[in-house]
Amino acid sequence: MAIITVRQALNDAFKEEMKIDPTIIIMGCDIGVRGGPFGITLDLMKLYGKDRVIDTPISEPAFVGAGVGAAATGLRPVVEVLYSDWITLGMDQLVNMAAKMRYMFGGKVNIPLVVRAPFGMGGGIAAQHSQSFEAWFNHVPGFKVVAPIEPHDVKGMMKTALRDNNPVIFFEHKRSYGIKGEVPDGAESESYTVPFGKAAIRREGTDVTIVAYSMMAIRAKLAAAELEKEGISCEVIDLISLLPLDYETVMNSIAKTNRVVVCQEANLRGGMAGDIVAEIIDRGFDLLDAPPVRVGGLNVPTPYNKGLEDLCIPDEKKIKDAVCAVLNNR
Amino acid sequence: MTKQETMSFIKKAIPCLTELNAPANLSIEKQKQMFRTMCVIREFDSQVRTLWMKNEIYGLAHSYVGAEAIGVGACSAIEKSDWITSTHRGHGHTIAKGANTRAMMAELHGKFEGLNRGKGGSMHIADVEIGMLGATGIVGSGMPIALGSAISAKVLGNNAVTICFHGDGGTNQGVWHESINMAAAWNLPAIFLIENNQYAIATEISWVAKETDLYKRAIGYGIEGVQIDGFNVFEVYKAVKKAAEKARNGGGPTLIEARFMRILGHFVADDQWYRNQEEAELFWEVEPIKRMREYFLNNKLLTAQEVDALQQSAIEEIADSIHYAQNECTEPSPDTLYDDIYANGEIIY
Repeated sequence: MAIITVRQALNDAFKEEMKIDPTIIIMGCDIGVRGGPFGITLDLMKLYGKDRVIDTPISEPAFVGAGVGAAATGLRPVVEVLYSDWITLGMDQLVNMAAKMRYMFGGKVNIPLVVRAPFGMGGGIAAQHSQSFEAWFNHVPGFKVVAPIEPHDVKGMMKTALRDNNPVIFFEHKRSYGIKGEVPDGAESESYTVPFGKAAIRREGTDVTIVAYSMMAIRAKLAAAELEKEGISCEVIDLISLLPLDYETVMNSIAKTNRVVVCQEANLRGGMAGDIVAEIIDRGFDLLDAPPVRVGGLNVPTPYNKGLEDLCIPDEKKIKDAVCAVLNNR
Repeated sequence: MTKQETMSFIKKAIPCLTELNAPANLSIEKQKQMFRTMCVIREFDSQVRTLWMKNEIYGLAHSYVGAEAIGVGACSAIEKSDWITSTHRGHGHTIAKGANTRAMMAELHGKFEGLNRGKGGSMHIADVEIGMLGATGIVGSGMPIALGSAISAKVLGNNAVTICFHGDGGTNQGVWHESINMAAAWNLPAIFLIENNQYAIATEISWVAKETDLYKRAIGYGIEGVQIDGFNVFEVYKAVKKAAEKARNGGGPTLIEARFMRILGHFVADDQWYRNQEEAELFWEVEPIKRMREYFLNNKLLTAQEVDALQQSAIEEIADSIHYAQNECTEPSPDTLYDDIYANGEIIY
């Protein structure tokens, strides 16, 4: 095993896949010469040239759409929107073209497109740089939506995304790029992949199931470690992939714990957590000994002030409070 | 109005109106084929209107009647391996690119045997196998798709060009500017072809753009812009041929404004109460099929009987396509509802 950062995991995934697949191209603002604002695409232009690593003008609607058009005509484009907040600018081409062309055309086209969307709160970048829109894409039939957080999963799932024949919205937590973790080394380093639709159990437990993804999976692990000291045993599930979503793993865990907390960093209203709770109720209401509890951000535009911003972020304490709440319903 | 007054009125709306004059190397066989394809489009969309009125076609349908010279002139000047993007008014582009009219008519009838298995209908008709990247219900949304297709050609080095058909309405979308700017900056093999029929549903182009010679916008992008007679199949052919050669030789994109006039309504049941109907009707005088017919006869290239036979064969082709759609095709099974959302047979409920 080697220890690398999420940043390195993404960079390695691109370098390795672009080497073996000449149809992969990457487009976005400042991603070529500069290597992107977070350094994710560093050196790709040097390795693979300006035709395949394209510094675009600040024209999200058209370069996101160009990714769709290129995907329909033989390439595997990766399109980066610098902050996921600005995916709104490319929304028409994503929702009305990328997600629907295959279906509208009766299956006569593939759209193998990866959209990289750095999301999440923190760092005082306020209302237009802190949002998490994964629920919007979960709502639209035709996308796959993923949000891995561990370097192992980030690299392996980016490879899966680059080989998939559907539009994939790849959410990267923008405060995760420095997170370190183990990835395979040697021959397996370049060959392993992580599949869509398979969650990971980060910690086994018996009292409460905590379902989380992206940064919330990291926080859930920390919360579970603290709760362990208080004698509460939590099973932590990192969904990794949101659409498709591994309900089998979720329901198997709930069958054991009979209690569930579902976490998202996005503000709570209209989010993934509500949708997941509804599905859990549909699939296994009788398994539950207490009403499910959701943890999420507050329904406000993210404020700039550190104190106010902290109020909005669902941290370990909020997860612990939620676990105690489902347990108090014993 | 006298004929002279009529022509003077038409010339005011279409200053670039030009006599039909075939390029020297265009064989009479190819000219006949172009004429027949225009007739097929005319008959297809005329019948679609009737069928829609009789409730035999569902949803919405937008007629390409009057615009035939643009789709046919343009698609005749490129290869089957080249790409086109279309608009909500896409039947003409699809036929001109070479789609099977039986499969198209079946699609408009919502049949499983349709070009898109009954899932797209008129507004999303597509045939990617022949380079037709789909009609789209969102005005201007073909622009980025064409940009992407041109990027593919450059990366894959396959020498393909992409024609992006769009209307004057599409020219006021943000992606119009963004896409042309990028295609120009990167010298991509794209042809942006404005079908300027001067109306966006009921909105005249002059209400929403100060400069209505839309080809002049090319100057701002550092590319060539031309305005041509959109009722003249040979002018369209020549302009696209030249632009395609330039694009294939690394000369970058061209902006072509094919100026004509929408004669019929925005969609098949639009009676155009908002517009001077008598003035609109005047443009039948210069519609493309009538003009090409006169060109064949006046230049003694074909006899009236020969021209009639071409028109008749188009009528028969469409009658056959309707018979096929209505008698030989099946309703899609409910089992197919979730098919083709995702690739490779994957289904996510």
